[in-house]
Amino acid sequence: MIRPNNPATPIPLKNITMLTIKNLHASIEEDGTEILKGLDLTVNAGEVHAIMGPNGSGKSTLASVLAGREDYEVTEGSIDFDGEDLLEMETDERAREGLFLAFQYPVELPGVSMSNFLKQAVNSVREHRGEEPLSAGDFLKLMKEKAALVHLDPSLKTRSVNEGFSGGEKKRNEIFQLAMLDPKLAILDETDSGLDIDALRIVADGVNDLRGEDRAFVVITHYQRLLDYIVPDFVHVLVDGKIVMSGGKELALELEEKGYDWIKADTGQAV
Amino acid sequence: MSENGTELLHEVAQSEYKYGFVTDIESDKAPAGLSEDTIRFISAKKNEPSWLLEWRLRAYRHFVSLMEDGDGLPEWAHLNIPPIDFQAISYYSAPKQKPELESLDEVDPELIDTFNKLGIPLAEQERLVGIAVDVVMDSVSVTTTFNKELEKNGIIFCSFSEAVQNHPELIQKYLGSVVPHTDNFFAALNSAVFSDGSFCYIPKGVQCPVELSTYFRINEAGTGQFERTLIVADEDSYVSYLEGCTAPQRDENQLHAAVVEIVAHDDAEVKYSTIQNWYPGNSEGVGGIYNFVTKRGICQGDRSKISWTQLETGSSITWKYPSCILKGDDSVGEFYSVAFTKGMQQADTGTKMIHIGKNTSSTIISKGISAGKSQNSYRGLVKVNRGAENARNFSQCDSMLLGDRCGAHTFPYLEISNPTATVEHEATTSKIGEDQIFYCLQRGISEQDAIKLIVNGFAKEILAMLPMEFAVEARNLLAIELEGSVG
Repeated sequence: MIRPNNPATPIPLKNITMLTIKNLHASIEEDGTEILKGLDLTVNAGEVHAIMGPNGSGKSTLASVLAGREDYEVTEGSIDFDGEDLLEMETDERAREGLFLAFQYPVELPGVSMSNFLKQAVNSVREHRGEEPLSAGDFLKLMKEKAALVHLDPSLKTRSVNEGFSGGEKKRNEIFQLAMLDPKLAILDETDSGLDIDALRIVADGVNDLRGEDRAFVVITHYQRLLDYIVPDFVHVLVDGKIVMSGGKELALELEEKGYDWIKADTGQAV
Repeated sequence: MSENGTELLHEVAQSEYKYGFVTDIESDKAPAGLSEDTIRFISAKKNEPSWLLEWRLRAYRHFVSLMEDGDGLPEWAHLNIPPIDFQAISYYSAPKQKPELESLDEVDPELIDTFNKLGIPLAEQERLVGIAVDVVMDSVSVTTTFNKELEKNGIIFCSFSEAVQNHPELIQKYLGSVVPHTDNFFAALNSAVFSDGSFCYIPKGVQCPVELSTYFRINEAGTGQFERTLIVADEDSYVSYLEGCTAPQRDENQLHAAVVEIVAHDDAEVKYSTIQNWYPGNSEGVGGIYNFVTKRGICQGDRSKISWTQLETGSSITWKYPSCILKGDDSVGEFYSVAFTKGMQQADTGTKMIHIGKNTSSTIISKGISAGKSQNSYRGLVKVNRGAENARNFSQCDSMLLGDRCGAHTFPYLEISNPTATVEHEATTSKIGEDQIFYCLQRGISEQDAIKLIVNGFAKEILAMLPMEFAVEARNLLAIELEGSVG
């Protein structure tokens, strides 16, 4: 029932490897504190992987390192993203290549309208793919369609990015942007935090709509609750900068029941 | 800020000035130097009545007395102003051309070309857009468009020189009534040597159907520009007035000392918008315009309103405080400003709101953006006189720093002599956030575009106050100013 870090089932939907992380070590740049201490993870296209773990285990650091936040330094290991060396890419290049991060704390951009912001983002991604920029009409149509996915009012296009948004709106806005940018790999960093059950359901429905065989998800969460709605193919437990246990969706339930202390006893890891 | 970010901000802070070309136009220029003879020369050139010559000479004598008391420059400003040799400047330079122009076709093609390069197509503007333009090159008004349309409404919009000839009674009545020559050093200098500018009169009950605008251009080397603008809005009238300025790129510093006076009678409203883009000097601070300008409006009548909106991006040194004297009861003064400095630029700008009448109100919103090694100061005075019952003021000053070698300063002054006054002041300073930039980068937006987005967002509230045609120009200008080539 409980497997070490080598999930054999379920069978991947497609055998295209989206993300391969090998022996990843990363430290806080400012003081050199090591947070990730030899992390391995393989994600194939079409799969949803949940990363769970206690506070301070390195979950959000993993998201930041993947997205390319400059506060962290990778000291060892490699990350392959769809056949390319992710660590060689700049932050904006990673995004244009199809890596999306739904922020735990979405940032406010006062005076920058959602439509202006997303037009720049969408057209940067399109240009990178060798596509023409969207016409104003097509862009607005796309916004309307994708906003409906997470029940966002279309009037949001004139609002400033995240400014004056409620906690739930901010999280829905992240999923809305995910839908607009159509990435290959989406990382959701504690998207469930601060959401009531209704908002959680809306966000999860949005994500489920976006699941597909060409796209992979890495869902980072502290609680099992989100995984009732976004059912993962794999669950990994991150403790002290390493994945110490992996399994199917039932692992999340077991964690919910027994708590993270149980991992400590089971694997001999400090929690 | 990441290393790349720092580099980018460095580039942003040093981007090139787009309007730095010189036009080869024959000009009629006075020899350098300042004396009573210079003033007589200018006055004679302009065929002025004797009262105006006397008025100039009084101003000159006051200027000389200020020079004797020291160099006369404002010491209180947060500026480092090098000494100015007033004898090295030529006080009159006019593009040579026929004095009377029947139509735009007669304007020197070089001149039309100059303004086309500046993005001000004179001919098209005349026909397509609802804007009347007065163009002041060096010290002289070279063309005014759209006149006939205005005449129908009884609106006078012409160069200052023409107004002196054609409407002397109005000039004599209002000239110096808001900014007397004794007001300050540069106002004294301007009053003595001003050579042209714009004049505008809106008669009673007339809503000016088009935007009036003046474009100022310094072209000649070794000259200063000293223009005067006088706007009189009679009872129950309305006008929106726009002003734009550029200058060639030169190693020398050139002096621009203008005076703008606005008079608003009962129920009149004047909206005055400026895009100031004088040459700011190069990244080491060589060259550039010294922009020492006195702008003031008086809400003379009850329920009158004067509103200043400015986007300041140019000049090596800016010293400028567009102000409102709220004399009429229930009158309203507004000041909306975005000042962007980079390189070695220095700006000390703000406003004065003087509450005299009852139930007067004023609003001040100032946004300063500093990059490079520039210094950007807001300086504002809110003064409520004893008789100004129920005066209200709201002031908000926000500063944004790009990088860590620039400075932002706020100097609010309050002088309240009436206990019924309500005065609010808010100030914020923020560094452009790494989190904000990271958020944009993560959406695939380049760092340069991210900075543009964030700065434009910061300034948006003010830019939205500009008339529409101008707002587009302002956004483009701000984008150009922020332009840097990302490696």
